[in-house]
Amino acid sequence: MDAPLDWLDAEAWQAVRLSLRVAFWATLVSLPFGVGVAWLLARCRFPGRQLLNGLVHLPLILPPVVTGYLLLLGFGRQGPLGGPLAELGIVFAFRWTGAALAAAIMGFPLMVRAIRLSLEAVDPKLEQAAATLGASRSMVFVTVTLPLILPGILAGAILGFARGMGEFGATITFVSNIPGETQTLPSAIYTFLQVPGGETAALQLVAVSVAIAMAALLLSEWIGTRLARRVAGA
Amino acid sequence: MSLAVALRHAQGAFRLDVTFEAPPGITVLFGRSGSGKTTIVNAVAGLLRPDAGRVVLRGRTLLDTAAGIALPPHRRRLGYIFQEGRLFPHLSVRGNLRYGRAFAPRDARPADEARIVEMLGIGHLLDRRPAALSGGEKQRVAIGRALLSAPQMILADEPLAALDEARKAEILPYFERLRDEVSIPILYVSHAAAEVARLATTVVALQDGRVVGQGPAEEVLGDPMVTPAGVRAAGAMLRAQVVRHHADGLTELDAGGVPLFLPALDLAPGQGVRLRIAAQDVILSRDRPEGLSALNILPGRVEALRPGAGPGMLVSLATPAGRVLARVTRRSAETLALAPGMTCHAVMKSVAIAPGDIGGN
Repeated sequence: MDAPLDWLDAEAWQAVRLSLRVAFWATLVSLPFGVGVAWLLARCRFPGRQLLNGLVHLPLILPPVVTGYLLLLGFGRQGPLGGPLAELGIVFAFRWTGAALAAAIMGFPLMVRAIRLSLEAVDPKLEQAAATLGASRSMVFVTVTLPLILPGILAGAILGFARGMGEFGATITFVSNIPGETQTLPSAIYTFLQVPGGETAALQLVAVSVAIAMAALLLSEWIGTRLARRVAGA
Repeated sequence: MSLAVALRHAQGAFRLDVTFEAPPGITVLFGRSGSGKTTIVNAVAGLLRPDAGRVVLRGRTLLDTAAGIALPPHRRRLGYIFQEGRLFPHLSVRGNLRYGRAFAPRDARPADEARIVEMLGIGHLLDRRPAALSGGEKQRVAIGRALLSAPQMILADEPLAALDEARKAEILPYFERLRDEVSIPILYVSHAAAEVARLATTVVALQDGRVVGQGPAEEVLGDPMVTPAGVRAAGAMLRAQVVRHHADGLTELDAGGVPLFLPALDLAPGQGVRLRIAAQDVILSRDRPEGLSALNILPGRVEALRPGAGPGMLVSLATPAGRVLARVTRRSAETLALAPGMTCHAVMKSVAIAPGDIGGN
């Protein structure tokens, strides 16, 4: 695809597209896991629950570089997970998929928190009522719980997406900064700032960043109010 | 037998140990809050797992802890009407009403949606959201939702408790119609004596997790030994028939051959009515009183006397109209020398009978 914006330099446009792709896939793939983990944390009592909770939140607290290095250790070609996955043809190291993995891991705690909050706000009495009307547990989830937590899922997805767009530390540590493959928008801004005369391109990217963030925020507000109105039934 | 229940359950210091049967019609679990009513209904519905118990509905075992049987709630096929309605906020009224139908087994006789919507008067609400409904409308939709899931039994946990008096008066007739028009049995939880007298076919009186009396409503409500809501709320239930409306604004009823006069009732002659006669509104007289303003005098025989903890005494009287309860002082009982078997008259003012205590038969 050619740059639709003439004023944007080709390399910069490439970084924007890559970042959108990385954040999109990171959000999409991690969303079901996010709902699952939020469910476990909100509704289930099991040994190791606190451990899971800690593990999920770790990327929020650890320096991103540490998370990136741990990913490199685990998912590198020689890593305990990266090795077997590479055999199956799934490679993360120094690929855009690795950037997506890093973005997903970094955005996961935010996503889980938002979904978990909305799950905790669902009145279990409504789910009981659905059960007495003949709905099995899975049908209760699909027909009652899921529609009621949709605003929370949306909020979680937006947060995860935004975090993915902005991910820098873990990404650059894990998959480096390869133009066209792993050079995401923040990496590109960083690169432009390292070379003399790169400020213009960096500023352009900053403008694009602000525009994307603003658009995501407005979109989520718009969908959010519509969903909330539908759920609240007003 | 429609429903047979035997349950044992401990929750903190509270012990529940009950055995009862619910024949067709409305069986009211009658007792104060904390007597275990909701625990029983939730155990029947499968929302609570009792320590031990057996629940059999029309030959279908829903729960038998000894045999290791415990059907999950969604396989019990019970329509549960909750105190707070519990309508799904994300669905329209129509969506709520049809929710249960999707899960009803194919062989279930489909409930007649048009008839139920008409009976409950909710046709104009179908496209609304629950948030846009009044309390009474919500509860009517909740009743419809339970009925339309093609249940084999209806459970209702104080469905009127969250409503004000006007809304209660609006919903009560729908339960009377359910009792009279729908063939499935209803298990109804209440702590309000007036509601029990209006609705109950059968009463199961509960106190501190135990059954203290069960049987046909007239018998249990007229038993001075059974006062699950306290002696202040004691009162018998009589059945009568409208005879005629008098020009002075009174309606004449026939109760077992005895005329009773009540402020005008909006019912046609020949129609049956149930009356709750609050025990504290009844005066006892050994001889047929003369020169008294009260219009209603029921001759009868003293059946049983139950001295209360205070100065009061609860007396039951067998009359041609049925059993009547009177709450008098012990001093009066001694002055009149009340004893089982002696003839006595129950005297009631027409205006003492609250309109809410009169219902269709």
